[in-house]
Amino acid sequence: MRVNPRSVNTFAALCLNAQALFTVSILVVIICIIFIKGIANFNLEFILSYPEDMGRHGGIFPSIVGTFFLVLLSLLFAAPLGLGTAIYLTEYTRESRLTTLVRFGVESLAGVPSIIYGLFGFIFFVIKLKMGWSLLAGSLTMTIMILPTIIRTSEEAIKSVPASFRRVSYSLGATRWETTTRVVLPCAAPGILTGIMLSVGRTISETAAVIFTMGSSLRLPTSLMDSGRTMAVHFYILAREGISLEKAYATALVLVLIILSINAVAYYLMHRITSRYS
Amino acid sequence: MACCRAILLAGIALIMSACPGGSNHTAVQESFTVNIAGSTSVMPFSEKLAEHFMLEHPTFAINVQAGGSTAGVQACISHTVDIGMCSRELKADEKVLTAIPICYDGIAIVVNPRNPVTSLALSQVRAIFNGSIKNWSELGWIDRRIDAVSREEGSGTRGAFEELVMGTDTIDDATMVQDSNGSVREVVATDPYAIGYLSLGIVDARVTAVAIDNVKPSPVTIHEKQYKIVRPFLYLTLGTPSEAAQLFINYVLSDDGQSILLKEGLIPAYDFS
Amino acid sequence: MTSPNAATRERLVSLTLTVFAFSSLFFLFLIFLFILIEGLPLFFKAGIKHIILGFKWAPTRGSFGIFPMIVSSCMVTVGALLIGAPLGLGCAIYLAEYAGKQGRIYLKPSLELLAGIPSVVYGFLGVVYIVPVIREYLGGSGFSLLTTSLVLGIMILPTVISISYDALMSVPRSYREGSLAMGATKWQTVYRVVVPSARSGILASFILGMGRAVGETMAVIMVAGNALKIPSGVLEPLRTLTSNIALELAYASGDHRMGLFSTGVVLLIIIMILNYIANFVIRRKVLK
Repeated sequence: MRVNPRSVNTFAALCLNAQALFTVSILVVIICIIFIKGIANFNLEFILSYPEDMGRHGGIFPSIVGTFFLVLLSLLFAAPLGLGTAIYLTEYTRESRLTTLVRFGVESLAGVPSIIYGLFGFIFFVIKLKMGWSLLAGSLTMTIMILPTIIRTSEEAIKSVPASFRRVSYSLGATRWETTTRVVLPCAAPGILTGIMLSVGRTISETAAVIFTMGSSLRLPTSLMDSGRTMAVHFYILAREGISLEKAYATALVLVLIILSINAVAYYLMHRITSRYS
Repeated sequence: MACCRAILLAGIALIMSACPGGSNHTAVQESFTVNIAGSTSVMPFSEKLAEHFMLEHPTFAINVQAGGSTAGVQACISHTVDIGMCSRELKADEKVLTAIPICYDGIAIVVNPRNPVTSLALSQVRAIFNGSIKNWSELGWIDRRIDAVSREEGSGTRGAFEELVMGTDTIDDATMVQDSNGSVREVVATDPYAIGYLSLGIVDARVTAVAIDNVKPSPVTIHEKQYKIVRPFLYLTLGTPSEAAQLFINYVLSDDGQSILLKEGLIPAYDFS
Repeated sequence: MTSPNAATRERLVSLTLTVFAFSSLFFLFLIFLFILIEGLPLFFKAGIKHIILGFKWAPTRGSFGIFPMIVSSCMVTVGALLIGAPLGLGCAIYLAEYAGKQGRIYLKPSLELLAGIPSVVYGFLGVVYIVPVIREYLGGSGFSLLTTSLVLGIMILPTVISISYDALMSVPRSYREGSLAMGATKWQTVYRVVVPSARSGILASFILGMGRAVGETMAVIMVAGNALKIPSGVLEPLRTLTSNIALELAYASGDHRMGLFSTGVVLLIIIMILNYIANFVIRRKVLK
């Protein structure tokens, strides 16, 4: 019996709609759960006070500071490296064996799983270089981890700057570096910033690599060699050990809110790019 | 370009201010740091002791890290930390360290509160964990598979459990594994058919400690030497500890410190001969 | 034109940028070097066969067999694909072919958000909501292959969807228009013309999704149960290569630690192979 292709068509459209709806609803459910369960403990006091009794009471201020410093330091190292690589690949060389090699390095780094970064960071930074569990070890590990993201997005952004801009700059007598820094980069800035925002999100959510390099001390990190917890690590420990489900949800809420804002900013930046060139 | 330079300078300034040596203590005294690392069983109690100690000595900074008993031993031997924490007896090749028992801890076998089985023989516990007894019906409950939970290899708690309970038997491969006392407690608290072992000090209302050979684990029965599954919590030092570390150790062994440990369900060091 | 100062500055900049660019390669080399330095000696000491084909993992007693974990990692990956691939492909098709502007505005940011949620949150929600349900209604302890596959399947959705979407969007409009002009319905066009044309990209998305599933650690530790046996059914607990490393790394020393690095070596090799297959598949499509 031949099935009417038109009814198959409607049925297929229905299924696909359902799948898309299901996927979006997963996200909505996750965010709702975290909001509803976390809002009770989510207040200014939670954000600004120190954890007491292993986190059963009190707030998460040290982990917020720890996360902030980790992100800052990782970006400080990764942004110049990543941007430099992207500029090199787009402005300073033609496609050649050398660039293929570099791209191979970048793509491979992107594929390495986070636990391997944790292993590497642990044996290299924490043990061999004797940094111990510290902000420094953690940020150096995260630097390598976010490098591919920054390189990829920066490259895309720089490539999308119209060639005419560059030609005009050169015809006015500017050097390559002057053109890059005064014409190309400012134009590509929104895209580059998007990559940076993505990396920030990645650093904030990362747990496996951070726990083995930065440690899990509850103290407020005040120097580069101090250990500390990021919010993701704190959440993991709270949740896993059943120390306090309420505080865990509240921590998750803080995390999700930060990720939401990062995504919102990135989205706005992407919007600026598309509207600028349309 | 100018703003790039400004950002770079700001970043460098931040790093410099955060570097070790940057003193932001206004007091005339220096700040003392004590680094402690090791067993995850001892860690929560060290944290508690450190919290109280730092209230009375605000210039002290006591950093407590996890890592496991073996890591604590290694860190102490390699002088990476001032004090190592260990939840099992030292092995022969680790005896180069000085071991200071700060308290004793029972290992409790726990089941879910919904589980009617509240008393087991030691041999039955061994059989459960080596895989011979697989079903709750063999122990007087419903026909349901036993969900046994263990700690991971290298854990001091597991080492003590293997030594004191398993003896020459090995823990079955089919048992689930969690990597901390707290997470074992979580699993047993939420799965009605689970059984696990953990530090007596963290048993709370969400799990039931089973009586072993008719002895219920508690500080009293341990003190009376009736409950036998007991292991020491050790603070390890290499040679003579630093002044700051010694001060903290003295505090832990003092009446104040020991009463904190007693309140947590541990057995004070002096209670054991 | 350019002063000699500017010329030397240009040379300096060029040199610096070249050094920066090769830093990625350098780091990759460093990572491989150290993981291999720490992990390879055990392969020589205990024998490759003992490690890769051995069934017993008891590192404190000299047994380093990780075969059950290799199998478990594979099973979890297949499970994740079974759940994530159809759902992901369906969403990608919807996004590319059926969604209006409204739909796109809701879907694309949602995907990015799903990708941004930390894996520990996924694991936690899995423990709190999925594990009890499976234990109540299906049996077992709830920590199982099924649970892990469900959680991982959801986690790889963003990867599968975004890469499949790119692949579908790169199919020329003329293909679709030609098919519709010949009287095919939209669905017939999609499944007989568009999807086959995009199949290498879609395949690549599945492979990259597999890579993501194999490499996931935190969520798996929380829901898989971490037992050392090959699961005999979907409701049995299991331990993956990644969980093995993360569970015991903090406590391990000596040969035990070496064993974990050896696990890392095997994991790294598996992931690198998956990534190169994916890249190869994509490149073949471009060359076509």
